Amino acid sequence: MKVITGNRLLDGEVVWLGENGSWVELLSQARVLEGSDELAAALEVARQSLADRVMVDVYEIDVTVEDGRVVPVRLREIIRAAGPTVLPHLGKQARTATA
Amino acid sequence: MYRYDEFDQEFVDQRTAQFADQVRRRLAGELSEDEFKPLRLMNGLYLQLHAYMLRVAIPYGTLNGRQMRKLAHIARTYDRGYGHFTTRQNIQFNWPRLEDTPRILQELAEVEMHAIQTSGNCIRNVTADHFAGAAADEIADPRPYAEILRQWSSIHPEFTFLPRKFKIAITGAPHDRAAVQVHDIGLQLARNDAGEIGFVVFVGGGLGRTPMIGRKVRDFLPEEDLLAYSEAILRVYNRYGRRDNKYKARIKILVHETGLEELKADIEAEFDKIRHGVLRLPEEEVHRIEAYFAPPTLEVLAVTDAAVEARKASDAAFAQFVAHNLNPHRVPGHVSVTISMKPIGGIPGDASDAQMDVIADLAERYGHDEIRISHEQNVILPHVAIRDLPALFDVLVEHKMAEGNAGLITDIIACPGMDYCALATARSIPVAQEISERFGNAERQAEVGELKIKISGCINACGHHHVGHIGILGLEKKGEEFYQITLGGSANEESSIGKIVGRGFSSETVVDAIETLVDTYLGLRTSKEETFLDAYRRIGEEPFKEALYGIG
Ligand code: SF4
Repeated sequence: MKVITGNRLLDGEVVWLGENGSWVELLSQARVLEGSDELAAALEVARQSLADRVMVDVYEIDVTVEDGRVVPVRLREIIRAAGPTVLPHLGKQARTATA
Repeated sequence: MYRYDEFDQEFVDQRTAQFADQVRRRLAGELSEDEFKPLRLMNGLYLQLHAYMLRVAIPYGTLNGRQMRKLAHIARTYDRGYGHFTTRQNIQFNWPRLEDTPRILQELAEVEMHAIQTSGNCIRNVTADHFAGAAADEIADPRPYAEILRQWSSIHPEFTFLPRKFKIAITGAPHDRAAVQVHDIGLQLARNDAGEIGFVVFVGGGLGRTPMIGRKVRDFLPEEDLLAYSEAILRVYNRYGRRDNKYKARIKILVHETGLEELKADIEAEFDKIRHGVLRLPEEEVHRIEAYFAPPTLEVLAVTDAAVEARKASDAAFAQFVAHNLNPHRVPGHVSVTISMKPIGGIPGDASDAQMDVIADLAERYGHDEIRISHEQNVILPHVAIRDLPALFDVLVEHKMAEGNAGLITDIIACPGMDYCALATARSIPVAQEISERFGNAERQAEVGELKIKISGCINACGHHHVGHIGILGLEKKGEEFYQITLGGSANEESSIGKIVGRGFSSETVVDAIETLVDTYLGLRTSKEETFLDAYRRIGEEPFKEALYGIG
């Protein structure tokens, strides 16, 4: 399973590709891709976002689903999805805690 | 301190305007990311794990209250209320928005600051001893030379596209606090028999993937030859440095592959061609720049102050602070004060906007408006009267900057690691925090004595782990963080690269391993005066290995 991620051009915010070609700020809203066709189509959308200057960088990452939650495989991506582990009041983890 | 002249100011203003236009063109689609990326990097703007990151140069680590207050303002207005002091005496902001960066650079230019040459394959911010101009053991203030080098290297047309980045460090004292031997060029001020100033020159030091101690190429380079000789080194490097492999592109590799004697001959030959030309440094120019660094007029005062002594007797935390955070000043009755940016359990080098404002106030009130950033990620007030220490300390306590741990085991250097850095293979900060907690007790760390722990989150070694008495390198193994420990590194006048002690440790066990090493040292030292590094150099790695891994 994969999701597409990247940073938004204007403010650098970490985002993931969601439904209908939108870019979402929380991993929980990302669209989970299964199989190479879905991935290829999603990457095409992502590349268009680069061309449209919405995004500055896009790439795919491996994820698993645990208890219905999407979890990145690599620690790097877990930290990107949450914020610095040493400052829990900053980054997305602060939002998800109150959401 | 140095003040911009009209050329400096015009150049920085122009550069700021250019960058504003480049950002505009990027957002309008006239520049692609491939075109824009080198431009933003030239202005210190990186893309990191969570966001953009702006690295602002603090030339040779020197700034004043007004500049510090501006950094606080930027942290508060455009970022998330804090900044991070780095091992290159710079400051990084972790969350700026691309669209705000032109405005940030404008604000910096208002106080004679910028982010130029904090990235890219050029000559980077020249670093210097953080006690420059104040230390009792100093031959001369190295900063005028650092400033001369800054002016020479700023957008030097020949050296804007070097094979790789290039770092110069300079110290004015025989006791090297600027780690000059692990820089591409290291300069150590010296005096010859005639009493003239010159430099011991080291070339090819560096950390990263292939750590090397710089090799001495000159015992005494006369002052007037500083620029011509530096130019000669850079030309030889620019011509022969490898461009085919970025991991082999630093000058240290060139020194290694070419051999010192041949390279020295190349440098001398190049130097011979240009030594009598425009780069010869006229004495008047040195004096002109020196005048900017004229030390504040300090009254000679009593070296002991009754109130300070009384406070020491009654307040253990103050006594710790006095014991560890003061450096001898050349003017009696004064000291240089290290404000620790390493609170117990805190993030090494981070300062909040409020703390930066307080530092600015303190510098103005007690420190003749001078502030330094050390490569050890602390803040220094170089000129403080001893009698002002209690009042200064009280303010530091109030703002959680009063830890009396400079040079001790909790005064840890740590790079941002995987909590921020896109290149990281593991986190560094949590390891630093856990070590700090473990040894945070004041008596315990004072008992352990001088011990420099340095942590990097990947092989790039921004946390200088190779030259830590204990170095920790965070790596990734099968998807897990894992930490390699080196022993015996040092970055002073007797620099050495640490040796890997054995197999690495998981994030759960690495701090226990550090404690085992420290306990082993405590059991083996001849006396309290024998530091960890001394003991290691005397007895070697075996007892430490044995303690960590058992026998066989
Ligand atoms: S050492 Fe590696 S992880 Fe640490 S700041 Fe440098 S590049 Fe990033």
